[in-house]
Amino acid sequence: MISGAAVLLWGVAALLGTAVLAIAESRRSDSGTRLIYGLTLGISAAVLMVLASRIADNPVTPSTVVLPLGLPWIGAHFRLDALSTFFLIVVNFGGSMASLYGLGYGRHESAPHRVLPFFPAFLAGMNLVVVADDAFTFLLSWEFMSLASWALVMAHHREQDNARAGYIYLVMASFGTLALLLAFGLLAGSDGTYTFDAMRAADPTPFAAAFVLVLMLLGAGSKAGLVPLHVWLPLAHPAAPSHVSALMSGVMTKVAVYGFIRVIFDLLGEPAWWSGVAVLFLGGLTAVLGILYALMEKDLKRLLAYSTIENIGVIFVSLGLALAFKANAMPSAAALALTAALFHVLNHSFFKSLLFFGAGAVLTATGERDMEKLGGLIHRMPFTSFAFLVGCVAISALPPFNGFVSEWLAFQAILQSPDLPQWGLKVMVPAVGGLLALSAALAAACFVKAFGITFLGRPRSAAVELAHEVDRYSLAAMFILAALCLLAGILPGLVIDGLSSVTLPLIGSRMPVQMAQPWLSIVPIAASRSSYNGLLVFLFIAFSASAAAYVIHRFASHALRRGPAWGCGFLDVVPSSQYTAVSFAQPIRRVFGTFVFRARETVEMPAPGETGPARLNVEMHDVIWETLYLPIGRALDFATDHLNHLQFLTIRRYLTLVFLFLIVLLLVLALWP
Amino acid sequence: MNGLTFDIAHLLAGGLVLVSFMMLYQDRLFALINVFALHAIVLALSVAWQAYIQDAHHLYVTAAIALVFKAIVIPVGLHRIIQRLGIHRDVETAVGIGTTMLAGIGLVTLSMVLMLRVTPEADPLAREDLAFALSIILLGLLVMVTRRNAVSQVVGFMSLENGLVLAATGAKGMPLVVEISVAFSILIAFIVIGVFLFRIRERFDSVDVGALDDYRGEHR
Repeated sequence: MISGAAVLLWGVAALLGTAVLAIAESRRSDSGTRLIYGLTLGISAAVLMVLASRIADNPVTPSTVVLPLGLPWIGAHFRLDALSTFFLIVVNFGGSMASLYGLGYGRHESAPHRVLPFFPAFLAGMNLVVVADDAFTFLLSWEFMSLASWALVMAHHREQDNARAGYIYLVMASFGTLALLLAFGLLAGSDGTYTFDAMRAADPTPFAAAFVLVLMLLGAGSKAGLVPLHVWLPLAHPAAPSHVSALMSGVMTKVAVYGFIRVIFDLLGEPAWWSGVAVLFLGGLTAVLGILYALMEKDLKRLLAYSTIENIGVIFVSLGLALAFKANAMPSAAALALTAALFHVLNHSFFKSLLFFGAGAVLTATGERDMEKLGGLIHRMPFTSFAFLVGCVAISALPPFNGFVSEWLAFQAILQSPDLPQWGLKVMVPAVGGLLALSAALAAACFVKAFGITFLGRPRSAAVELAHEVDRYSLAAMFILAALCLLAGILPGLVIDGLSSVTLPLIGSRMPVQMAQPWLSIVPIAASRSSYNGLLVFLFIAFSASAAAYVIHRFASHALRRGPAWGCGFLDVVPSSQYTAVSFAQPIRRVFGTFVFRARETVEMPAPGETGPARLNVEMHDVIWETLYLPIGRALDFATDHLNHLQFLTIRRYLTLVFLFLIVLLLVLALWP
Repeated sequence: MNGLTFDIAHLLAGGLVLVSFMMLYQDRLFALINVFALHAIVLALSVAWQAYIQDAHHLYVTAAIALVFKAIVIPVGLHRIIQRLGIHRDVETAVGIGTTMLAGIGLVTLSMVLMLRVTPEADPLAREDLAFALSIILLGLLVMVTRRNAVSQVVGFMSLENGLVLAATGAKGMPLVVEISVAFSILIAFIVIGVFLFRIRERFDSVDVGALDDYRGEHR
């Protein structure tokens, strides 16, 4: 019997082979596209099957493979345990859906030779990161994943701003990898044992552990999009082709979360209680700021990218809770929080892929990403808009969809916080819970805006009037994901029980078995405290809605009437007088914007007698970019300007510099205690 | 180890440092080259003494190489170069003699303090040797830094290499191949720099490296 890890490596090899094949095939644009996406779909689906069969045997037995690759005295270690199996399912499911979508979407690709070779390579990189079992292999795969995704971001490098997005992405990715490199260096200690097994056995000093936590927050956080390291994400994710955006947002950020969980929960040993505080704080900040940015956005794909940042915040809040509970020896609460985080990882990969696919469908049909030029698509693309609506409802955490379940679990974990012994955490956790509730409410507003402005109302540009429904492959991918959003929402017990084998080795505990509960309810702690039944909610909504529809249609008059529709104040027939994305967000901008974005509104009135229109100008600042990144850029410019003189010194000065530096080093050596 | 052998080794290595100091205050090129020849002779003696006390015959070869090439061939070659270039009257230190000597004393102190600290358990002879060798290397660098003329920079470089040879012979079991290759690399460096000197001279009518800087449009 060939082991699970070996099967996975064969899958990776097949993906890499596909990438090589794609270099040759991408010249034949149409059939080549079909072949490549068909192959990646087949490989991801096959890997998914193998993984699914492994979940069946519970608890999952780890399987390892050592290959004589990489550094000669280390080799390349791979390991497939419960945690990596879960994340591999996320990766390969996202990969197979993106391939299915690509079968249709890829035909509209203007530069297939820039996309096709890197798409399988990107998938292979993400798979490798998750199975890596030594620091060298992990970092190598991580960089491979980053570079492949960078190439995909740069696929349309001639478009405006894409080159800048690629540059910022590259800089942030190298920064993140540097942080990871240092973190692994600390974990390896002075012996330089780079296998994860040795790191697991080692017991780092509290000082080193604190450093590792900070470095992982920087390294994995910059890839996942934690504020303030998120700046590259809303630039790079939308720049890629839409199915790649879906992979980057839905899956690659999850690989970063995997890295964080692997190091902090698995390799680092027992956490200190304050480590939870740092993660909670960053998570809460990320959730609220991410969704506020999303609300201010009028580019559909950038809105989705900012919403990814919010969801990463939600995941990190749950992870922070799990750390706090784990440090205080409250394993059942920790298992609940970790399950909430992992459940949200799965959910977000479903609905964010779905939403990016929808945005891609809109982009294919109209050529527009700017919501101010869309509108009224529900009549022209009914299936896409239905699937997009499902995604919006799910990501807004409304029952009976899956987003509700994971956020509800997170709140259940927050409600455990009074049992924590430290006052810092007792005060902090409810505050973060408030932030989480705020971000959930804002997310709902944000997706009302995304759906309403894009699909409802009347077309705001000529391109939208000519839009048509997209092809069947894209629709199939979207509908599979929409169905899964619903299924995971009404059968959450299945997912929670599946996750128990992941939390068990990391926390030492698991949530109670949920499938044994009557009526498919989920009961995280005890039935007396709280329970939720997605199926009942779904049945109730379905029943009451059909009953209401029946009553209305049965007893209402069938006579055709034409009357003034309620138009949200849209009484004029000119499309430009409709609600726009910016005007929808105006109340929220007035509440939060003055503080978060330093937003200023000024009204320019024409002088008396002048016939020009009055103007309302809104000025907003990206405060994080302006206070954190621009000064760094300016300092770098200043330093390079001044160090430039070193390029043009005399020979003797160069010799003197070298000499003086040598003397300084010798002095340090001589004076070192 | 009996006292006399140690003292003689110590004397020779210390003499090498002293000759390095002499190099620092020579402001005429011929005098500088003569002192360099003396430096090489003392090095050859020191290496030969090491060969005798360590009973390592291959070190005699090293000593012979030092004597033939560094004490005779290179100084004679440099003499000829200077005569052909007609620069034997140049006075060419960039930093004052007093400052240079003080800096040299500081460097020797530094290398003593450093070497005696980092090698407490080594063989006392090797320790002293290493400390002296580091001093000679630093003094050679100082010669290179404080001179303007390319020829004297070459001399500084060669004396630096003498320090390396001293360090190598102090450590027991240094293979001959390594020493020969170091010696030949120095010889080749000498040839290359010699050719280079004439090229500079042809183009700029001077071997003051400042001419190169002027050519690049830079100012000191």
